[in-house]
Amino acid sequence: MTVMASLEELKRGTERRKRTNSFFYFIFLSATLVSTISLIVIFVTLGLESFNFFTHVSVAEFLTHTKWTALFAEKHFGVLPLLNATIITSLIAITVAAPIGVMIALFLSEYASPALRSVVKPAVETLAGIPTVVYGYFALYFITPNILRNLWEGLQIHNALAVGLMIGILIIPIVASISDDAMNAVPLDLRHAAYALGSRKSDVALRVVFPAALSGVSASIILAFARAMGETMIAAIAGGFRSVLTFNVGEAMETMTAYIAQVATGDAPHGTIEYQSLFAVGLFLLLITAVLNYIGIRVVKRWAIKY
Amino acid sequence: MGHQVLSGARRSGLRFRKFVDKALPIILSVAVFIALATLAALLVTVVTWGGHRLSPIIILNYPSANPNEAGMRSAILGSIFTVGLAAVICIPLSIATAIYLVEYSRGGRFSSILSYNISNLAGVPSIIFGVVGLGFLAYWLGMGRTIITGAFTLAILILPLVTVTCVEALKTVPDDLRQGAYALGATTFQVVRHVSLPRALPMMLTGGILGISRALGEAAPILVVSGLLFIREDPTSLFSRFTVMPLQLYNWISRPQPAFIELSSAGIIVLLLILLSLNGAVIGLRQFLTRRLGQL
Repeated sequence: MTVMASLEELKRGTERRKRTNSFFYFIFLSATLVSTISLIVIFVTLGLESFNFFTHVSVAEFLTHTKWTALFAEKHFGVLPLLNATIITSLIAITVAAPIGVMIALFLSEYASPALRSVVKPAVETLAGIPTVVYGYFALYFITPNILRNLWEGLQIHNALAVGLMIGILIIPIVASISDDAMNAVPLDLRHAAYALGSRKSDVALRVVFPAALSGVSASIILAFARAMGETMIAAIAGGFRSVLTFNVGEAMETMTAYIAQVATGDAPHGTIEYQSLFAVGLFLLLITAVLNYIGIRVVKRWAIKY
Repeated sequence: MGHQVLSGARRSGLRFRKFVDKALPIILSVAVFIALATLAALLVTVVTWGGHRLSPIIILNYPSANPNEAGMRSAILGSIFTVGLAAVICIPLSIATAIYLVEYSRGGRFSSILSYNISNLAGVPSIIFGVVGLGFLAYWLGMGRTIITGAFTLAILILPLVTVTCVEALKTVPDDLRQGAYALGATTFQVVRHVSLPRALPMMLTGGILGISRALGEAAPILVVSGLLFIREDPTSLFSRFTVMPLQLYNWISRPQPAFIELSSAGIIVLLLILLSLNGAVIGLRQFLTRRLGQL
């Protein structure tokens, strides 16, 4: 009798534990779904408001017109000037960040002692932790007047060059840390084999480690470029709000992100076409960066050498 | 003759390669130097321009058109409210997500899609979160351009960052411990509750702090959600209009008068000091952790 009772109790206990377990399973599962739902919400919100926008402006005009005068009386919504500014500043940024970042990664993985590495790596990563308003301030009040104007007299106060250079500094840690990971993943055997064949250290770094890590290095550059395209505050502070299609990096030019910031700074009332244009520009930016990120991830998977 | 020419060329090739071998570490350290020198120049500039303007005024006073009286009290409180609430939303979500991914579904197609979406979310430009926060939360859900909208926006923005650290934290818990508990008949939840979570929690905390410091520095999404406001009162509820520190700085930076540039420099020092102490807390916590792990 007593044995039966305790068996009953045991069974009840097991069932209770199972119930708790599956209850929390659903809690944890729902939490995990939040990221996916957020992504869906992002695309749906941008998509629906953009749809409203594109009932007023044709997609063809948006993609091909060369004037963006959303905040003027005579409105044109050609995204090319904004896209052009975004691409130019990001290209300048990656021209700075790719060589410097890859060189830092090579230094860290092949030359730095563990002690030096443990100091240099966090110091470099600090660059990514500085709020971007601070970089904008530095570009506008230090880089342009104290450095760039000495080299280029006709430079405007707001200009794409300073924006690009500053974004370049900001994304150095992205290139450096992903490349460094890729170089660290190259097995020691390869290095030892190269040394056994009489290679110098520089040969090992440049002809063995660097090629072997090339997929990670390329991915780091693509991901950093996507990050550069999405940078807002540096462009808004140091790039100016002048949406003109120009290739002169000494002039002010407005990036897609800076346009969004500009509209937000003013008071674009809910429901107006300026308000809707935020979402169209946002969606366009998101699609471009999503394609870049996708390519970056594919590059890693496709070209990664399995050891 | 021909032999001599060849060996001469080979010798100069060798000399060149010796030169490259010597020069490469120097060239590479120049890259490190450029990065760190920029950081140093930035910090020195901020301190020389703003150091003498540091005073309690900058923390205690409301913004003002007079740069000598202006402070960022409303922005500091706005940051504390918004980022604090974002952390309260984000950290439990991240921990729960990490538990699902590491403890409940090990591999599997469904969970790999879910974790792939977390890295997709990490790739979304920060200003997009602001645009969606404005369109979806503020207007569609009717939450308005308020602290709570800003907090949810920031929470989703830092979710991938914090989740990744929480996943890493759970992965550091040795599998033997889990297997031992399972062998005794524990359910997955009991393993989480009594074995993995207590051991991973301190490292998860570092992820939370990293998320907080990222959120504190974000200006773009909050600019879109809240607009650039001139606020001369403390936030009273989660439905107050608000501003945050980086936005107040943006406001000051946008004014060309030298007094405001000095003021923004001083404000930047305050923000950087806060971020520095948060990073110091992370480093301290990590050292404590490695010491404790060494004792185990």
